[in-house]
Amino acid sequence: MIRIENVSFKHRATPILSDISLDIPKGGVVALIGPNGAGKSTLLSLVARLQPLQAGVISVDGLPVDTTPSRDLAKVLAILRQDTTIASRLRVRELVGFGRFPHGRGRLTQEDDAIVDAAVAQFDLTDLSDRFIETLSGGQRQRALVAMAFAQDTDYLLLDEPLNNLDMYYARALMRSLRSVADANGKTVVIVLHDINQASAHADRIVAMKSGRIIADGTPGEILTPDMLDTVFGFRMRVETIEGKPFALHQL
Amino acid sequence: MADRRLHGLGLAALAAAAAFLAIGLKGNIAFVLELRLLKLAALVQVGVAIAVSTVIFQTVTGNRILTPSIMGLDALYLFGQMLLVFLLGGVGYVTLDPQLKFGLEVVLLMGLACALLLPMLRSRLDMGLMLLAGVVFGVLFRSLQSLLARLIDPNEFAVVQSASFANFNAVRTDLLVFAAIVTVVALIIAWRARHVLDVISLGPDAAMGLGVSWAGTVTGLLLLVSALVAVSTALVGPVAFFGLLVAALAERIVNSRRHAVLLPAAGLTGIVVLVGGQTLFQHALGNATALGVVIEFVGGLIFLLLLVLGSRK
Ligand SMILES: Nc1ncnc2c1ncn2[C@@H]1O[C@H](COP(=O)(O)OP(=O)(O)OP(=O)(O)O)[C@@H](O)[C@H]1O
Ligand SMILES: [Mg+2]
Repeated sequence: MIRIENVSFKHRATPILSDISLDIPKGGVVALIGPNGAGKSTLLSLVARLQPLQAGVISVDGLPVDTTPSRDLAKVLAILRQDTTIASRLRVRELVGFGRFPHGRGRLTQEDDAIVDAAVAQFDLTDLSDRFIETLSGGQRQRALVAMAFAQDTDYLLLDEPLNNLDMYYARALMRSLRSVADANGKTVVIVLHDINQASAHADRIVAMKSGRIIADGTPGEILTPDMLDTVFGFRMRVETIEGKPFALHQL
Repeated sequence: MADRRLHGLGLAALAAAAAFLAIGLKGNIAFVLELRLLKLAALVQVGVAIAVSTVIFQTVTGNRILTPSIMGLDALYLFGQMLLVFLLGGVGYVTLDPQLKFGLEVVLLMGLACALLLPMLRSRLDMGLMLLAGVVFGVLFRSLQSLLARLIDPNEFAVVQSASFANFNAVRTDLLVFAAIVTVVALIIAWRARHVLDVISLGPDAAMGLGVSWAGTVTGLLLLVSALVAVSTALVGPVAFFGLLVAALAERIVNSRRHAVLLPAAGLTGIVVLVGGQTLFQHALGNATALGVVIEFVGGLIFLLLLVLGSRK
């Protein structure tokens, strides 16, 4: 379980997160939605100890993130940041292989190789596996980064807008992979999404943030209502139900 | 493929060392050979120390243009040395045991370098600003050094002056043993950190996500770099672009940025360029003192090339 208790965060004097408390039980897909600047990435980076906690407590599986040794946490929790740029000259397979680092400190066993190969295959990267990252298209690079997070094979997976740059085919494929690791392997996925229809179609639970606070938390059916979406995003949109799932027609 | 090229580099390094020892051997062979062996040991150490420290530094700062010497680390070392002369007085400095003196200088450089570089890395300056800061630091410490030099009396000045410029022909063989210990320990640490270095090269966020504590690791690596810079500067003096030349060459030869391959490749390239170059200049061109100039010239060209190519990207 990820437990966030009374977390606040300031940048200089500007409050970015105000008194956030949230429990995410083990297993399942939780989507984090909200307008730009709501604080979604900041919250995720605090959970993944990429920034020091200023106030409040966060623990993952009972491990407090600020005091647990970083390498122990890396075996439990993987994060993909929103705007990851890889400066180093690496091939796709090498990059995905880094996902195994927390487990073997750089030495890849046969088992590691199998996991890396599986991740490479799962994201259709086999043909690209010897290419340098900087020669890939935006979507191909994004898939390589997601594959690296998958290869880390942790119980908790935090993904900040992983659908960025992905075409419809791969966006759907990624959401389905997340669904299947959650259902089959009991993994916990927390994913920041701007496409609320993806959230509705694939997530168990949607948490909406705005101005550094959680303003709604519930099933897709509870969150995807015209009133609720108006509160979160600031305009009304039509919501239609297809095959029992609500979809927002926000383009109209 | 990278492995085969690494073997090739190893052979080239061996050949360079053999040529350095063997060519033109005459007279009292045992005596000449001993001299040459000492000098070879020093050159090998310098080549490896500069190459490895440059690769690590580039990984930590996340770019391929900055090197410890471009960031003014060797100027800082010479400043530290001058500071010791200033504080101890020329006589005190000269009577100090050379090993102890060197040890002091190494520790001083490690401290100063961390104090300067860590805040810069923490605020994640971009390449342009780092470069600018490096130039400013370089000038600053060179000026501070000459200010100190003016404050102390001329005799004391002569004590350090001889060590203030690179000379591959007149290496300080008296420091060799102590320097070798520092180098070997540093190299072992660097080798054991090769996988961590790979992770560091992904950048702070990705590295922390993979469980590498960024601040601690980077501090440790900078200390390592400082120790290696101190070794090479103490043995031959400051070299501006040698590290850049060797790191860029090695990366192109093995076509990989993985440290398990790149670190040995850079070290071997350093040996080939330095020992091979010295042999070439000594015997074929008959002017051993020119090697430093040529290396700096070629390295400087590469620096400009990388800057131009980098800015176009
Ligand atoms: N380094 C920083 N300096 C100043 N303000 C910052 C900094 N980082 C984030 N912020 C501010 O914190 C707020 C939350 O940012 P955050 O990145 O968490 O938003 P987000 O919900 O992920 O938005 P988006 O949907 O655009 O990714 C924003 O108002 C942002 O401007
Ligand atoms: Mg964000």
